[in-house]
Amino acid sequence: MASTTGETLNTLTAAELGEKLESGEVSSVEVTQAHLDRIAEVDPDVHAFLHLNERALETAAGVDARRRAGDALGPLAGVPIAIKDVLCTLGMPSTAGSRILEGWIPPYDATVVARLRDAHLVLLGKTNMDEFAMGSSTEFSAFGPTHNPWDLDRIPGGSGGGSAAAVAAFESPIALGSDTGGSIRQPAAVTGSVGVKPTYGGVSRYGAIALASSLDQVGPVSRTVLDAALVHDIIGGHDPRDSTSLTDVWPGFAEAARAGALQESLAGLRVGVVKELDAPGFQAGVSQRFHETLAILSGAGAEIVEVSAPNFEYAVAAYYLILPAEASSNLAKFDSVRFGLRVNPAGGGTVEDVMAATREAGFGPEVKRRIILGTYALSAGYYDAYYGSAQKVRTLIQRDFAAAFSQADVLVSPAAPTTAFRLGEKLEDPLAMYLNDVTTIPANLAGIPGMSLPMGLAPEDGLPTGIQIMAPARADDRLYRLGATLERLLVEKWGHTLLSQAPILG
Amino acid sequence: MSQPTSEPRAAEESKLTPDVVRHLAGLARIALTDVEVTKLTGELGIILASIDKVSEVATDEVPGTSHPISLVNVYRADVPGVTLTAAEALAGAPDHDGARFRVTAILGEEQ
Repeated sequence: MASTTGETLNTLTAAELGEKLESGEVSSVEVTQAHLDRIAEVDPDVHAFLHLNERALETAAGVDARRRAGDALGPLAGVPIAIKDVLCTLGMPSTAGSRILEGWIPPYDATVVARLRDAHLVLLGKTNMDEFAMGSSTEFSAFGPTHNPWDLDRIPGGSGGGSAAAVAAFESPIALGSDTGGSIRQPAAVTGSVGVKPTYGGVSRYGAIALASSLDQVGPVSRTVLDAALVHDIIGGHDPRDSTSLTDVWPGFAEAARAGALQESLAGLRVGVVKELDAPGFQAGVSQRFHETLAILSGAGAEIVEVSAPNFEYAVAAYYLILPAEASSNLAKFDSVRFGLRVNPAGGGTVEDVMAATREAGFGPEVKRRIILGTYALSAGYYDAYYGSAQKVRTLIQRDFAAAFSQADVLVSPAAPTTAFRLGEKLEDPLAMYLNDVTTIPANLAGIPGMSLPMGLAPEDGLPTGIQIMAPARADDRLYRLGATLERLLVEKWGHTLLSQAPILG
Repeated sequence: MSQPTSEPRAAEESKLTPDVVRHLAGLARIALTDVEVTKLTGELGIILASIDKVSEVATDEVPGTSHPISLVNVYRADVPGVTLTAAEALAGAPDHDGARFRVTAILGEEQ
């Protein structure tokens, strides 16, 4: 890393940075500069960012001035954060990784972005992603893939590989992601970071460029459970601009994480292991670390119970009908008329010809694949067989979860079936790429919250593995409480954090 | 669960032909090339063969779920909110005349 000062500021957690900023030990300008320096140093190799905020230092200076003036600011005021490019940001392009939105600057902020600004966080820039969040590797970004900081030849997960890599490479302490079928949790698992998909409706989707509206959820990406909770506290809660936003009053998630970190015993907690997600087809090192982690939970007093979710077998199939159906409808708005790319076909043509030429040039292969698939699933004659059946499977999966949660307080599984695969390995095999989401998709179909937390390096390849913790809808606080306890137990066992073992880039 | 395979077990039974893909691309307003149509026909056949399995358990007794958390629709108070100005709304447009989005002919000659 660039310097001694840079090293310290880059490796601190968001919570620690917030405390040092509050005490005046460091300034937001220093913290922001350290992260911009780190980005300049390592991002040519990692490619986590699509765009850097030119006004980051200006914002940081403003926060410092308010602090000096004695203003009472929030716990993360002055802390830098990276924003997934699926979220609309005033003053910064928001492309969702697509050529069709290249250079587009939205006329409004996503609610989550506005809340970060109101809480005086410093936006570092926009992070890379699979085009319109369709993918599990960031290889479908129109602007080139992101590389995994643990091994630059491997994928950082997707679709939010940019946010996960930015955090894992110490380019930013925290980031925002979005999770439709695992796009926060799977990148967290393969980069050794923490990612949370909140309960559907717990965080506003206003200004999040929609992929599948009944599945999408915005959430935090971080290196620690407490940092994820601090971000969730800021971005969560009811938003009248999102018609599916829940009106619940949420408990403090940072408070839950702090309580969990102090908790010595897990006696009385029932941890359900989903039999169908503890499968023989998973990578051996992932299964090994998962079972070791179960032993740690058990050693701390938790009761481990096996639960069965027989309909999970149909989850991936249902997901790849529901998602393309909703996506084909959502992406109809990219019509070359109101914003984004316009391509005029040779010899001119009607507005429909222009639309077709624009969408041909502006969409990448995975987006076209899913739009055509969704158009098919919704077409007359096939609607009941495909989309209608997939919606019934969704009911069955919700019933499986309800039965499982009657036997357990939380459910656990590996967060991804393998460690990071090599760039290019699954690019020409769409179905293999889809099957990578087998562990994360059920939570999206049911709307329940899920967290991925590092659980060690796989012995065979030395790459990170993640455990997924799932809780009933609206019980996100359980993720933070148990996540923080488990994080402490694992760090005590290892004698260090997982990410401190990552290769030093730059 | 056993790891599902990605073998094209029923690709040949697929209802997808290049003509169907071309028709769908027309509905979706994407001017696919012939090379893309051929590639997509094969790929989507494999994907459809794999996701066909939803019909195995989707019996008549099971109701569908369109939305993960049930909500009841409500009306908001009928007061004007903050809206975009015309200039803001047009700022990202590929072409406009200052007040309206400008496009090429809406109807073709045959229409």
